[in-house]
Amino acid sequence: MTTATDSEGGTLAVEIWRGKDAGQFETYTVPQRANQTVLDVVTWIQRHAEPALAYRFACRVGVCGSCAMTVNGKPRWTCRTHVSKVAGEGALRIEPLRNLPRLKDLAVDMTPFFEKWQRAQGRFTPTRTRNDPLTTVSPQSAGRKAADAGIECINCAVCYSACDVVGWDDGYLGPAALNRAWTLVNDERDGDRAGVLKAASSGGGCHSCHTHGSCVEHCPVGINPTAGIAGLKRWSIVELLGGKLP
Amino acid sequence: MTPVVLYLAQRLTALILAPLVIAHLVLILIAVEGGLTAAEILNRTQGSVGWGLFYGLFVAAAAVHAPIGLRNVIHEHTRWTGRSLDGAMLVLAVLLAGLGARAVLAVVGTP
Ligand code: SF4
Ligand code: SF4
Ligand code: FES
Repeated sequence: MTTATDSEGGTLAVEIWRGKDAGQFETYTVPQRANQTVLDVVTWIQRHAEPALAYRFACRVGVCGSCAMTVNGKPRWTCRTHVSKVAGEGALRIEPLRNLPRLKDLAVDMTPFFEKWQRAQGRFTPTRTRNDPLTTVSPQSAGRKAADAGIECINCAVCYSACDVVGWDDGYLGPAALNRAWTLVNDERDGDRAGVLKAASSGGGCHSCHTHGSCVEHCPVGINPTAGIAGLKRWSIVELLGGKLP
Repeated sequence: MTPVVLYLAQRLTALILAPLVIAHLVLILIAVEGGLTAAEILNRTQGSVGWGLFYGLFVAAAAVHAPIGLRNVIHEHTRWTGRSLDGAMLVLAVLLAGLGARAVLAVVGTP
């Protein structure tokens, strides 16, 4: 582990992508600090070396999901990634997320990512109004446990960027949207679980997943979208054989 | 056909194909090691309902399995997609079934 002082004083060579699809890496020398995160480094560059640098963040504490970038080749949440963990010989290469349209420098357009959540019907369909009593859901029920396992997603698109199938197939919904669909088909309060399953198993849905688990490996909050997608596949077959899915 | 139907068909045919492929390879080994001539092999297969069913099922499963897989690969790695791809894969399925059926008939049919 890095202690409070052992990394102070040195410098980091940081390569940052500048431009959109056409562009180049620019190298900046950044002072090293103890417990420095990759987001700290990017912010330092913007404040001290390159005021026009475009990037995105909000919470800085791993909640909002807006700060994901490609760091030394891997998608990561930069606000919770310590430089000491990824920099190796003191070198960092920071690029925008893969599989999303680039806007400028480190910022990507998240629109396709969120549109696919909608295509997967990744939204709750209520059945009650504010005047009805709350539903009682047992935390021990199998459905609730399955939903709980995937519910902490912060919409960071790290998994989406890590998935090769997303890169190959524009139409593939991707791990995050399908994970959300899986939490909904397991949520007994949702009013249209059949609709979610149908959306998640139509073209570009769960059956396109290769089960290679890159999403699991990179998800910063430890969600396992592959397991949820496998669950959707199983469920879709049960519903098909039961005549409830075309 | 919806993705779930294709997915199920491909998994089921994979289940069928796996043991058949192994049996087929073992048969080839036995025939080659045993020094069987073509005539001796045909002697055993011609008129055999069992071999007809064995290789008939093999051909049917392969004719379903291969086009579904190839369709996925083409869809993922080229820009070709949609109805023309589905049509081409249907032609491939018919072709595989036809050629396979011809081969099965040649082996089990009686002259
Ligand atoms: S397991 Fe599926 S969703 Fe996850 S990275 Fe692989 S193909 Fe993508
Ligand atoms: S599943 Fe994990 S990696 Fe994917 S968007 Fe949610 S939190 Fe991010
Ligand atoms: S800035 Fe909010 S998760 Fe990183």
